[in-house]
Order: sequence, then structure tokens, then C-alpha cells
Amino acid sequence: MISITNLQASIEGKSILNGINLDIKPGEVHAIMGPNGAGKSTLSSVLAGRSDYEITGGKVEFLGKDLLELSPEDRAREGLFLAFQYPVEIPGVSSTNFLKTAINEKRKYHGLEPMEATDFLKFMRSKMEEMEMDKSLTSRSLNEGFSGGEKKRNEVFQMAMLEPKLCIMDETDSGLDIDALRLVSAGVNKLRNKERSFLVITHYQRLLDYIVPDYVHVLYKGRIVKSGDASLAKELEVKGYDWIKQEVEAAV
Amino acid sequence: MSEPEVGIIDQVVTQEYKYGFTTDIEMETAPMGLSEDTVRFISAKKNEPEWMLAWRLKAYHHWLSMEEPNWQNFNYPKINYQEIIFYAAPKQKIQLDSLDQVDPELLKTFEKLGISLQEQKRLTGVAVDAVFDSVSIATTFKEQLKEKGVIFCSISEAMHDYPELVKKYIGSVVPQTDNYFAALNSAVFSDGSFVYIPKGVRCPMELSTYFRINAENTGQFERTLIIADDDSYVSYLEGCTAPMRDEHQLHAAVVELVAHNNAEIKYSTVQNWYPGDKDGKGGIYNFVTKRGICEGAHAKISWTQVETGSAITWKYPSCILKGDHSTGEFFSVAVTNNAQIADTGTKMIHIGKNTKSRIVSKGISAGKSHNSYRGLVKINKKADGARNYTQCDSMLIGDKCGAHTFPYIEVNNNSATLEHEASTSKIGEDQIFYCAQRGIGLEEAISLIVNGFCKEVLNQLPMEFAVEAQKLLAVSLEGSVG
Repeated sequence: MISITNLQASIEGKSILNGINLDIKPGEVHAIMGPNGAGKSTLSSVLAGRSDYEITGGKVEFLGKDLLELSPEDRAREGLFLAFQYPVEIPGVSSTNFLKTAINEKRKYHGLEPMEATDFLKFMRSKMEEMEMDKSLTSRSLNEGFSGGEKKRNEVFQMAMLEPKLCIMDETDSGLDIDALRLVSAGVNKLRNKERSFLVITHYQRLLDYIVPDYVHVLYKGRIVKSGDASLAKELEVKGYDWIKQEVEAAV
Repeated sequence: MSEPEVGIIDQVVTQEYKYGFTTDIEMETAPMGLSEDTVRFISAKKNEPEWMLAWRLKAYHHWLSMEEPNWQNFNYPKINYQEIIFYAAPKQKIQLDSLDQVDPELLKTFEKLGISLQEQKRLTGVAVDAVFDSVSIATTFKEQLKEKGVIFCSISEAMHDYPELVKKYIGSVVPQTDNYFAALNSAVFSDGSFVYIPKGVRCPMELSTYFRINAENTGQFERTLIIADDDSYVSYLEGCTAPMRDEHQLHAAVVELVAHNNAEIKYSTVQNWYPGDKDGKGGIYNFVTKRGICEGAHAKISWTQVETGSAITWKYPSCILKGDHSTGEFFSVAVTNNAQIADTGTKMIHIGKNTKSRIVSKGISAGKSHNSYRGLVKINKKADGARNYTQCDSMLIGDKCGAHTFPYIEVNNNSATLEHEASTSKIGEDQIFYCAQRGIGLEEAISLIVNGFCKEVLNQLPMEFAVEAQKLLAVSLEGSVG
């Protein structure tokens, strides 16, 4: 699916990612954990193509293509989806209109005709049922006046609509109470399948109780310093990050 | 903004102004400049009755005593009125009752602008009056409208065919002496549309006027007069374009609306005059006086404007709410890009009891443009129970443009209720990136965001034109993020 080799990135001259290596195969769920400032959100931003960062080295192959060469919109059209930590509000634009535009832009990129309005609405309705979305959500302006939980659920709903191949989830659990966390996770789990991969970025282990990962990686100072299975997350929950920091410092 | 972003924006090609072509046609013009003779020339050209000439001359002499206003929030080079041609008309004598005799070159021009004057090709449900420089070329569906008693013709024709109506209403809302540009217009106006809807008639189709400036060094001074008699309804739309020229051209129009008891006038404008180039060279000065009066009880006047063109837009479509329970509305989208300037808004004058007004203004500024909302809500002493709601939102694209708000409120009656809401937002890189991450490219994203911002206003436009206006917004802002 995606193969990241020695990826390095900086912002305003400050180096944030210092050589990330990560391989994700179809259907796998990888979790990235780490203390604040480790570079977790930078990694998601760089993969999605946010222009604030400068790529200083390494390469990323996504479905056989050089990801870093693609524009952010083309990365999305190729099947990369980022669930934002802070979804943006767009007043006056309904979810329906937004998603219709997104889907048709993607279809255009792949040489397909735009979806008929009635087909689109049918498709949307079925996805809403599947994801147990409230009907009002789609006619409301995108994310405007949404609660934290509604915004995150809407991200997952967009994911369901756009049917991406790789989903990056950037601290989706931040700001969610336990009920919202459960709902959002249930949505994500519905979307798991043999082809679709996930990169779940989180500070806390509790999200991983609901979205159980195949692999857990610890990011520290812009490098993956430890990898393991889901039990590594549990260990971190008990012991915190300090022991990892010490291990790393000792190795230097 | 960071370097890579600028790179993306450079790739966005600014679309050229689509209507910038010129029509090569032999013209008859008044000698350059303005004097009493110019006024007499125009009046004679139109074969006007004596009272009309007297009316014009009164305006002209008053204008001479006036000074150009200078309270606006922008500067422009002083206009030399002796370097303007005040009358320009295609030479061929046009038989107004037969389209066959209209110069094919003119028909082609309007065809190119998307306005077919051949009735069978027209959208059914929209009647058009086409004004080319100083004269009306043709009015479609006149006969069908006449069957309902609706009068829709050029104001020059109305002067001959319906002199009592013209005499009664012209200048009744915007007097000749009202302001500098209205006085100028009153002296030299050359054409425009006239509409009369009789009692109890709901006008069966949308009426529209399409204004085209073509000739060089000319100004366009049209005058529109719409009267809705008791219990009638009309929806009217105007559109306008002009060729790309290096010098500024003046467009000083006057629009007067009169709504009697229980009548409703919906007036929509999609203004797309040539805005000048990106450095502000050329473009139309759009200095217009528009005012309506709700003369009777329960009357309603609603202005909707989408202003995307012109080097400078300077106008305040207003409502005088004289009849009890009458309603005034103003919905506006003003887009300025590059070096464009807009100083626009409305005046709501509450005179009658229980009068209501609503103002929704959306200003979008990009490039190094300046966009001002200026509005007056005035509640007179006897206007018991008057209500106003004002909402005024500005959106900034980039960091070199400006948005300004000048709300004026005068309340002379304690029972009035006024609400004012204002907001300023920026099209953020965050919004653009969010859209990009969902596969939506830069241009589509801006169009989506801007149309969302303007939705309340665009919803007011007649269906056929709402789509046009949406496209226009997208085109006007192309290449503006950076």
C-alpha cells in the first residue's frame, strides 16, 4: 500500500521528521504513538501534502506512485484520506454539496463521468444508514456549529463516502468523550476490510481499545524508535513514554 | 504564505474577461463634451416632447451648480466631462417593431453575450430589452405582455406612447436634483427600460434589460422606471458588460421603482462591467442611483445585486418605506479583485407604521481591492413598530485587500427594533487544504467556499440567473488566492 523510506521533513528550517521508515500492506492497521512534539501530526500532514513542510529527504511510494510528487488533491484522488484532528468549517456549504463535488472531482481524475444527482443521493443515503448518521447532518453547513464528536463522526462518514484505500487518522480521539469515542471507532471498524489500510495516530492508548491495531510504532524525535503489536500500546499506557525516551538517549 | 503555496497559485491561470470584445459598427454620436447643446441634441435625437426637454435642462442647470461628492471611501481621478461622448447610437435607423430590420451585427453581438433577441430562441419566460450604448435595440415579447396589460418598452418609446405615466413618475423617486450623478443622468439620459404593471396583474414572465457599452470614450446614462400598480407583481433583472478598453468609462444610471398598495417589485442585478486589468488600468466607473418607494400599504421592494465587475462600483439601492406594513429588502454580493473598488450598500427609510426591512450584505475582497459596505437605516418619528435586521459579512482572500463597514443608524421612534450583525472571515489555507485533501482542487474549492458564503443572497435570484451568477463569482475570483 504505502512504503515510507527514510522520510525527513522540516518546517521553517527546524527538522521534525528525521528518517521515518514504515511499510503498510493492504488491510493492515498501524498505530503511531508518541509523546507530544514527536512529529506525529507532521507525519500525517506531510503524507497528505500540506505545503507548510519542506521535504528534506527520503521517499514515499503509494500504490506504485511517488506520493511526494503528487499534489494534495491528486493524493486524495488516488485514495489517500486524512481524517483531520481539527476538521475545518465551511459555512454555507452542505455536506451533500461538498461530498458531491469531491466524488465528482475524483471521478473526473479517473476519467469517469460525474455521478447523476439521483444516483449520488441514493448512494449517500445508503452510506448514511450504514454509518448510522443523523439525517440533519448532511444538510447542515459543513462542520459549522458541530460538536467535537459530530465533527469526527462526519470525518469518518466522509471516509465511508470517498472509499479511500489508505486512511490516516490524526488524533481522532482528541477532544472526544467516551461515548463519542465509541461511536467514531465503531464507524472506523465498519470500514476495515482486507484491502483498506489504516494509519492511526494517537497520543493515548484508549482509542486502540476500540480500533485494535496490527502494529504499534512509537515515534520520538522524528524517528520510529520502537515497534510491536497491540500489546506495546498497553505497555505504554502503564509505563508512559519516559522509559522509551531513556532507551533512546542511552543508545545515543 | 509559504513558498510552495505560491507555486500552486501561479499555476492557476486568470481567466480573461469573457465579454471584452468590441462590435465594429457605424455609429452616430453627439459631439464630445457636455453643454446645453448636448442636452438639446439628445432630446432632439429622441424627438422628445417639450416638457421632457425642459425637465432635462432643469437637471442640467442644477448639475452645473453642484460639486462632485467626495465623502466616499476611495479616490478616483477627476472626470473630465468635456472628454465624454454622451450619445452614441448605431447608425442604421431601426424600426423598433421589427426584429428583421435590426442590424445583424447587433443581433450577433447580443447572441455572443448569450442574449438571443430572436424570440423563438429565447428562454421562454424571460422578456428582454437590449440596450446598446445609448439606445434600446429591441424588446422581446412585447405583444404577449401587452395582452396582460403589461407595458415593457424602452423609456424613449414610453415618452411617446405613454406620456402621462412617464410624466407622472419620472423623477418622483430620484428627483433631478437628488445628487451629482443623478442630476447628470437626468440631463443626458439616452435610454433605458420602462415597465408598468397594471392593477392586479402578476407579470407572466421575468423582465430583463441587458446593457452593453460598446463605443469608445462614451458614457452610458440609462434610466429605468418601473411602476407596479395595486396588487401587482413583477420580477425584473438587469445584466451588463462592456469591452476591454484602456480608459475608464462612466456609467451613471438612475433606477426608480414605485410599488403601490400590496404590490411587489423584485429587482435583481448581475453586474459584470469590464473591471479593468489587474493593475487597475481601464474599467467602468459604475456610479448609479437606485431607489424604490413603497408608496402603498403592504407594498414590497426587494433589491438583489451581484456585483462582480466595474473598476469602481458606487451605489446604494434604497427603499423608502412610506406605506404602512411595507417591506424593503436588500441582498448583495459584491466581489472585488485586483485593483477594483466597491463602496455599496443601501438605505432603508422607514416612514410608515410597522414597516420592515432586511439587509444581507456579503462582501468578498481579493487581490489589492477595497470593498466597503455603507448602509443607512433611518426610522422616522411616525414609523411605529418599525423593524430592521442587518447582516453584514466580509470575506478576505489574501492579505493585501481591505473590507470596511460603515453602518449608519438614525432612530427617531422608540418602538423600533433594530438588529445588526457583522462578521469578517478569511478564506483560509486550512479550508483550501481541507478541500484538497478531499480531492477538490483550488479553483473548485474557492468556488465552493465563496458560493457557500453568498448562498443567502444567491438564493434570492431567479433560477435562470442564479447559475450564471455562481459561475461569475468563480470566474471573478480565479487566480485570486496567493
